[in-house]
Amino acid sequence: MTSLNDQLETLAQDFAALSVPQRLDLLLEFADALPEVPQHLTEHPDLLERVVECQSPVFLLVEVQDDVVTIHFTVPREAPTTRGFASILHSLLNGRTVDEVATASDLIPDSLSLSAAVSPLRLRGMRGMLARIKRQVEQKR
Amino acid sequence: MPIGFDTDAKINEYAHPEVLVTTSWVAENLNTPGVVIVESDEDLLLYQTGHIPGAVRIDWHTDLNDPVRRDYLSDDAFAALLSSRGISRDTTVILYGDKSNWWASYTLWAFKLWGHSDVRLMDGGRDKWVAEGRELSQEAPEVPQASYPLIKRDDSALRAFRDEVRAHLGSPLIDVRSPQEYSGERTHMPDYPDEGALRAGHIPGAISVPWAKATNEDKSFRSRAELEALYLGENGLTPGDNVIVYCRIGERSSHSWFVLHFLLGLPNIRNYDGSWTEWGSLVGVPIVQGTEPGSINN
Repeated sequence: MTSLNDQLETLAQDFAALSVPQRLDLLLEFADALPEVPQHLTEHPDLLERVVECQSPVFLLVEVQDDVVTIHFTVPREAPTTRGFASILHSLLNGRTVDEVATASDLIPDSLSLSAAVSPLRLRGMRGMLARIKRQVEQKR
Repeated sequence: MPIGFDTDAKINEYAHPEVLVTTSWVAENLNTPGVVIVESDEDLLLYQTGHIPGAVRIDWHTDLNDPVRRDYLSDDAFAALLSSRGISRDTTVILYGDKSNWWASYTLWAFKLWGHSDVRLMDGGRDKWVAEGRELSQEAPEVPQASYPLIKRDDSALRAFRDEVRAHLGSPLIDVRSPQEYSGERTHMPDYPDEGALRAGHIPGAISVPWAKATNEDKSFRSRAELEALYLGENGLTPGDNVIVYCRIGERSSHSWFVLHFLLGLPNIRNYDGSWTEWGSLVGVPIVQGTEPGSINN
């Protein structure tokens, strides 16, 4: 598996190479690719934690098994920007070790050239998701 | 030639029926020359997931705000923005968006700062259009470059600044935020990011009329009679009042501004776009906490 830093750098370069409208297209591709939560969570939505920093009802849950991190998100279809943020974090962090996730850079949301495309304000939700993922991982290690 | 107005009965009860159209009117005017449809959303990717065929996007944050100063665009940049969207000075602009047209109202208010004469909201916004199963397109429209003239923005009639709000204390102020923000339990909307006000509460004397009281379940505006009962009856405004509305950054209050100014016809109504993120961080200004409006003296 590519290291988190290498994967992040590649993704950052991909975004940086695009025009602002193309960055939004890529973000929408991520939004469409966000996996659905498994059935045991759709039946127990109370297990997920609300990400209050987001403008939409976003919930997440981190599961740790054998030192491997699995991340689940629910984000409404009507909030594609937020889905895109969740999906980026999912693609970077899901399946990694506890240490990799716990030490992931807090600057991931700032490193993808998205500020000009979506506004710094909207990026706050992504920071909230990342902080909550890292906190849950620490609690469950 | 001016584009015809919507003859819908509910719309024609309002004080200014020329600023509102129904989803049906829009569906019939998708290809009418001289009409440009503009989507303004909270979530700017929604447009890309599917928009009214031919509609262009204007984003409240990345398009309408100056990228450096906390202010709206320069006059040059506004002219360039509208030209790039195929809008001329005489274009009929139809605005719609998510969240009951919050951001579309905000865009409309901004258009009025530059005095664009024919700009209308689609009642019910994006949600109503989608709920009715109307057509959506992911195709980026081919927009012919227009030539919007350089217009000097005039803030005087529609926009209130903090010193004007201070001088206005004792006159009608409407806080359109949630009850929790008004009382000072919190500085930002439940479920929304904190945009950084240092103190919580409301401007002394401001009455609390949350913006959403003006909307129906389907996101459209309530009838004129219902709106009059709310603002003029229950909350005691009179049509001649000089009123300032505010919220957190001026977006929800644009919605209330639209209702009071155009649907009820109050002539003197300004939006304080600095709103709570400014007032709640100013040094030394009076603030009231709790559910009562309070006054400047307490």
